[in-house]
Amino acid sequence: MASRVLWASRAASYLRISTFNRAFSTVLKDLKYNDTHEWVKVDGDSATVGITDHAQDHLGDVVYVELPEVGSTVAQGANFGAVESVKATSDIISPVSGEIVEVNDELSNSPGLVNASPYENGWIIKVKLNDAAELDSLMDFEKYTKFCEEEDAKH
Amino acid sequence: MNLHNAKKTALPIMNLVRMQGVPILDQLHLEERLLRSDFKNWCILNVGTPQPTIVMGVSGKPSELINIKSVIYNQVPVIRRFTGGGTVIVDKETIFVTLICSRQAVPLLNLYPQPIMSWTGTLYHDALSDFGKFQLRENDYVFNNLKFGGNAQSITKNRWIHHTSFLWDYDVKNMDYLKHPPRSPKYRLERSHEEFLCKMKDFVPSKLIFIEKTLNSLQKHFVLQPIQADDINALNIPYAPSSRLLTKEELEKELLSTTA
Repeated sequence: MASRVLWASRAASYLRISTFNRAFSTVLKDLKYNDTHEWVKVDGDSATVGITDHAQDHLGDVVYVELPEVGSTVAQGANFGAVESVKATSDIISPVSGEIVEVNDELSNSPGLVNASPYENGWIIKVKLNDAAELDSLMDFEKYTKFCEEEDAKH
Repeated sequence: MNLHNAKKTALPIMNLVRMQGVPILDQLHLEERLLRSDFKNWCILNVGTPQPTIVMGVSGKPSELINIKSVIYNQVPVIRRFTGGGTVIVDKETIFVTLICSRQAVPLLNLYPQPIMSWTGTLYHDALSDFGKFQLRENDYVFNNLKFGGNAQSITKNRWIHHTSFLWDYDVKNMDYLKHPPRSPKYRLERSHEEFLCKMKDFVPSKLIFIEKTLNSLQKHFVLQPIQADDINALNIPYAPSSRLLTKEELEKELLSTTA
């Protein structure tokens, strides 16, 4: 049992994921997060954006994703699309500002990717960043993990 | 009374708008404007919409949800609304109740679909449990497992809307315009519309009693402030709502795409 736990934690470290009891959601170490549960992965002046495992877990089964147009702009803190789950549409809030260069068209046929693979195949948009300094206002994985714990404890 | 304590326990204000027979599309436009461009809490009551109208959720596909041929032939309006959820057919015997709230309005409420739905379930349980075995069952309001209220929501960064169409009464023939939806709650158990729905008038003595009981329940959480519908127009809220009537051409195109 001890060796299985050790193996699991080594695997988690290799994969750069932080795992807890399923009471808490998966949070990836190399991403940044906003307080409305979206994540951003930065590569130079490009960024990929999606919603977190915490968000998809609380939303329920996603049945539709309203995607923005390629070429439109997003602003940090403003909504750029929506997901539909249960009976609700929920806004997706951008963690960064910039021009949308790609949207994940797969989500039109398979909206459930947002639930099944929120950090990989369930990505939503790719953005050419306006201002890398905006990233400083986002949470790293430790702060976001604590944020989620506190939010869940409050409600 | 100690002023400090009075302030601490003060309930938030909710503006109350009571309407009669306002067309459902106008109501949806008003709601979307208030959700997106206003900051106050609102309760909108509308008793009836003038003509039978089909209202689909934001992602609804007409070919899956409605019998398009008869809808076109009988010129039944079809609206796509801005909230999620399923398809309803509403008319002058439908009572609409909408709640629009800011994040702080309901303390400790997490702005996700299920907690909001659950909170409204307690609100209506308070209002309706005297009249029958009321339950929130998989996002529907039911008496004895028979649905009488359909719900839909939209959640923004710091606000939410939860609106309900209550079937005070309905014409069974109108339900024929609706198909059995591809996504339906488990408790429906393949029942037809007739076997799955019930009429509120068979449980609640009058529309007025339902409304007053609902407002009494709301007053446990809010101080209700009546506002005239005309005064809202005067607010001049600039927002282009997305709920819209589908055109005949769009419906015909959907019909062709399924028969091709």
